[in-house]
Amino acid sequence: MRRNLRFRPTLCFVAVGVAVALAGCGDDNIAAPNTQYGARPILPAPQEYLVPPIKVAPAGSWAPGETPTVAAGLKIQALATGLMHPRSVYVLPNGDILVVESSGPKAPVNRPKDLIMGLVQGFGGAGAKGGNRITLIRAASADGTPATRTVFLDNLSSPFGVALVGNDFYVANTDSLVRYPYVTGETRITAPGTKLADLPGGPIDHHWTKSLLASADGSKLYVGVGSNSNITENGIGAEMNRAAILEVDRASGAMRIFASGLRNPNAMQWEPQSSKMWVVVNERDELGPNLVPDYLTSVQNGGFYGWPYSYYGAHLDPRVRPQRPDLVAKAIVPDYALSSHAAPLGLAFNSSTTLPGAYRGGAFVGEHGSWDRSPFNGYKVVFVPFADGHPKGPPQDVVTGFLRDDHSAHGRPVGLAIDRSGGLLIADDLGNVVWRVTAAAGA
Amino acid sequence: MSDQFVDSPARLSDRPLYSLLVQFPVVCFVGAFVADVAYWRTELFTWETFSVWLLAAGCAFAGLAGLVGLFEFVRDRRLRSWRLAWPHALTSLLAAVLSVVNVFVHSRDGYTAVVPEGLTLSAIVVVLMLAAAWMGWVTPQPMRLMGVAA
Repeated sequence: MRRNLRFRPTLCFVAVGVAVALAGCGDDNIAAPNTQYGARPILPAPQEYLVPPIKVAPAGSWAPGETPTVAAGLKIQALATGLMHPRSVYVLPNGDILVVESSGPKAPVNRPKDLIMGLVQGFGGAGAKGGNRITLIRAASADGTPATRTVFLDNLSSPFGVALVGNDFYVANTDSLVRYPYVTGETRITAPGTKLADLPGGPIDHHWTKSLLASADGSKLYVGVGSNSNITENGIGAEMNRAAILEVDRASGAMRIFASGLRNPNAMQWEPQSSKMWVVVNERDELGPNLVPDYLTSVQNGGFYGWPYSYYGAHLDPRVRPQRPDLVAKAIVPDYALSSHAAPLGLAFNSSTTLPGAYRGGAFVGEHGSWDRSPFNGYKVVFVPFADGHPKGPPQDVVTGFLRDDHSAHGRPVGLAIDRSGGLLIADDLGNVVWRVTAAAGA
Repeated sequence: MSDQFVDSPARLSDRPLYSLLVQFPVVCFVGAFVADVAYWRTELFTWETFSVWLLAAGCAFAGLAGLVGLFEFVRDRRLRSWRLAWPHALTSLLAAVLSVVNVFVHSRDGYTAVVPEGLTLSAIVVVLMLAAAWMGWVTPQPMRLMGVAA
């Protein structure tokens, strides 16, 4: 497989001259993202670089009154602004909206490269400090005008996923799963939390977000845990219980691996028709602008999805040694590719009856956007239509315009949720806004 | 300025600052090569981490030594007329440039950060550095005479 890897010293000597500038030895002739949608994405041969392509949209901000662009039949407005790096949104049964404001812990510098990566991420706004808190927003009227906004929980440790089961409110911090007592209607939890389980955290914590989903009967909690590296460069020992969805018994806190080989799984949800778990996964970097496509997939109990050894079944990753042919042989091909480096982090099956009928039966996906691909990919919310519990047809753009003039990013969508009145909520961690998408008047 | 060296041959050891600095890249690049071999044989990521830091440190000191060397070369007529000055400088420069490239190769993630390109570059650099060092320390007879004449 190594014969596919191209070493291009001439090109790259020039690039070294421009040093770590934001240009790389890129391939200007790359296939469009729409060749990588669905069950059978086109996978080019892997490439390796001296200076991998880096293209980060400089972090801008929304002008007053400026909003993302929505598809026909929809309108969008800001539900809350001035937040501190909102990453996920969650709707309580009484309609209150929780916004998790968070950022990752400080990344260690293990290699000279990490110094550069820190600068690149800061340029794109990913270095912004999160609130480490959860804010509650209570809408006063059906049109979503916020009436009250309170700090629901504070002093958390890089929280991401939350879930309510009965009167138990769970927060998935980056290193622990903590339970708090919740009383319907309260706007602030003051009671101390009780730790149910430790989660894989620092000191590296490369992918720090821990998504959370409760089983329908409430007996289990599922935690999405991303890998501790791009592709095992921190050693396979650092990947214990990572690149996996963990199942935690709610009564005992006992934990097991539910599914593995998922490099960075986020936003698990139950598909309403089949009641199967689905998840969006961020695949590996530095194999080229069109490798490896991020995906949306159903998750099988005990399933292995390839990382780090292979992708999309038996496509071996040349960077992983020692290899594990036994695992590659059983690697499941994901259901639905979303194209490369789009960075899907949000997933919400549409339960709304008030959004236009075209969006009935399917899932919204929040694509945070690429940093290592030119031209950009992602930076939008798409809709993946479903039929009989499976994706059917290409993704459709729903909310775009986070990138302005294809140059600077005013916002980046992350977590999604459907609120009680059927509006689509979007956490925008660069714009520090929660957007609400509803049907346009007369639509 | 160089009067104190008038009676001695123009050798690398005559330039205390340069000869001090130039040892760092030699040691770092040899260490990187050893670490690369260890990674290749064991596939333990720790060796790759050793290697990339050694390469980066070696490049930083190579840059510093290069600047000092250039300054002394310009300042000292005897060095300029030394027959091996240019071969020494160019061999060292090539080793440094290849090592910068090698830092980028080693900044890849996983096995291909070392095997095969990284390891190959490390080996070539070690040979170049040893050749440059040898040139720097030999005492060329013509220079000895010129040094006295100067």
